[in-house]
Amino acid sequence: MILKGRTWRFGDNIDTDAIIPARYLNTSDPAELARHVMEDADREFPEKVKPGDIIVAGRNFGCGSSREHAPIAIKSAGIQAVIAESFARIFYRNAFNIGLPIFESQEAADRIKEGDEVEIDADRGIIRNLTNGEEYRSRPIPPFMQELISAGGLIEWTRKKVRGMRS
Amino acid sequence: MTITEKILAAHCGREEVGPGELINARVDLILANDITAPIAIKEFERIGVKEVFDRDRIALIPDHFAPQKDIKAAEQCRMLREFSRRYNLSLYFEVGRMGIEHALLPEQGLVVPGDLVIGADSHTCTYGALGAFATGVGSTDVASAMATGECWFKVPESMKLIYYGSLNRWVGGKDLILHTIGDIGVDGALYRAMEFDGEVIRSLPMHARLTMCNMAIEAGGKSGIIVPDEITRQYVDGRAKRPYRLYTSDEDAEYVEVREYDCSRIPPTVSCPHLPSNTRPAAELSHVTVDQVVIGSCTNGRIEDIREAAEVIRGKKVNPNTRMIVIPATQQVYLQAVREGLAEIFVSAGAVFSTPTCGPCLGGHMGILARGEKAIATTNRNFVGRMGHPESEVYLSNPAVAAASAILGRIGTPEEVV
Repeated sequence: MILKGRTWRFGDNIDTDAIIPARYLNTSDPAELARHVMEDADREFPEKVKPGDIIVAGRNFGCGSSREHAPIAIKSAGIQAVIAESFARIFYRNAFNIGLPIFESQEAADRIKEGDEVEIDADRGIIRNLTNGEEYRSRPIPPFMQELISAGGLIEWTRKKVRGMRS
Repeated sequence: MTITEKILAAHCGREEVGPGELINARVDLILANDITAPIAIKEFERIGVKEVFDRDRIALIPDHFAPQKDIKAAEQCRMLREFSRRYNLSLYFEVGRMGIEHALLPEQGLVVPGDLVIGADSHTCTYGALGAFATGVGSTDVASAMATGECWFKVPESMKLIYYGSLNRWVGGKDLILHTIGDIGVDGALYRAMEFDGEVIRSLPMHARLTMCNMAIEAGGKSGIIVPDEITRQYVDGRAKRPYRLYTSDEDAEYVEVREYDCSRIPPTVSCPHLPSNTRPAAELSHVTVDQVVIGSCTNGRIEDIREAAEVIRGKKVNPNTRMIVIPATQQVYLQAVREGLAEIFVSAGAVFSTPTCGPCLGGHMGILARGEKAIATTNRNFVGRMGHPESEVYLSNPAVAAASAILGRIGTPEEVV
């Protein structure tokens, strides 16, 4: 899988209240959540972001609440992937469970500037910065998580498992 | 092995597990609320099973935007109610019988020592105070577990935090955990189990243990846990709805990091905007005026917290420039506060005494901040916009400091008013 897009930069400890404020959590409609994505980190972001864009952030991205609305808002805004130095753990598992590609790379988080074009080779864990020609490695995805991705997310994986248990 | 590794091993049918291993484990209880359950319910329906794995082990609790704050919230609450009826779930809690999930489940004996609990709420880590492994997950995890009774986990590394010395007056579990987060940072325990230990913890009452484990997530922790002891046993006996098992950590258990804290050096502590790790002694913040004071939440809404605040404000008035909102975490806490005359103390002081809800903690309802307003709250997060307008500010403290601040109209310490 190759993902290519323009990047938006965010700092450290971007919390789930910044990704999708709780005032919008009286719905779980993905399209409505997308209209407020990252709003409390950057007021204009929902208007600026374009399908195919990529978020690049620092440490502990997605800290705070367990709300799956956070990766859902990002995914349904058309953002292809998130690259960060590190992810908060519930956000990390939520992203895999719902099929939002995420990549951990300190190098990439340090070096990519807002607006850079990047190309991610998801299978090999290589991030290419097409703007400055640099190449970064992301931390390998554990085999079980790869299994989740190839199943199409946790629900599809569970469907298969439940069918297996019956037969 | 650590207590965490032992509980995880027991729930995946293994003698041993070690940090970094990915396991599929059996869960004892699954929890979701009115924000997270709607997604879990929709995802569950996609799996294609006819029944849930166990109708007595799924707790659906409308607490965040309940009592239903608007039409959309009412629709979400209705999804929980209808799902619970359709699958005949025994652990659905209607408004009037509910409480904030993480206060309600321990109080009702629905989580017990040795349990493995997952909840679609980050503060699920609270139950570690009982000697259970409990962690927050997403709605999709809950959907999958409702069908199979299992969930996947990476066995976390454990870090040990040791508290010694004696506690200063007006210092409790909240101050210890805020101080700790201030020390290690909001990702200082990322992916780890935080095991709290030491002479101070061994004599710490259960409500304060619950407060400490509750905020493990605020340091990035996967879980917080305290090895169960006589205090645990006294708390669970008479309320546990299921048999329980007390696990301990071995003498030679391995910890990725050990930190020690001299409690005699920990003062009443406040987290300043906009991170829980941004801590300062309360006494150094007397220049900060407050528009609102909130006492409650899954962190500090238990009866002991309400009593502590009442002790400070008894016979006094809320400052004319400040509003105070007191929210008992459960119906039982509410009733107890009424019986002890605490409700009257708050109302006489000019405070609101509210029905249980998460409400303002997450900027839901029942006390939202306007642009530029400041609040001191016994809640758990002070992120940008957490309690309302993105340009409002939240300071986190224990109940006594919050109550003192309500009287003063600015951040202050209980010594200034009592």
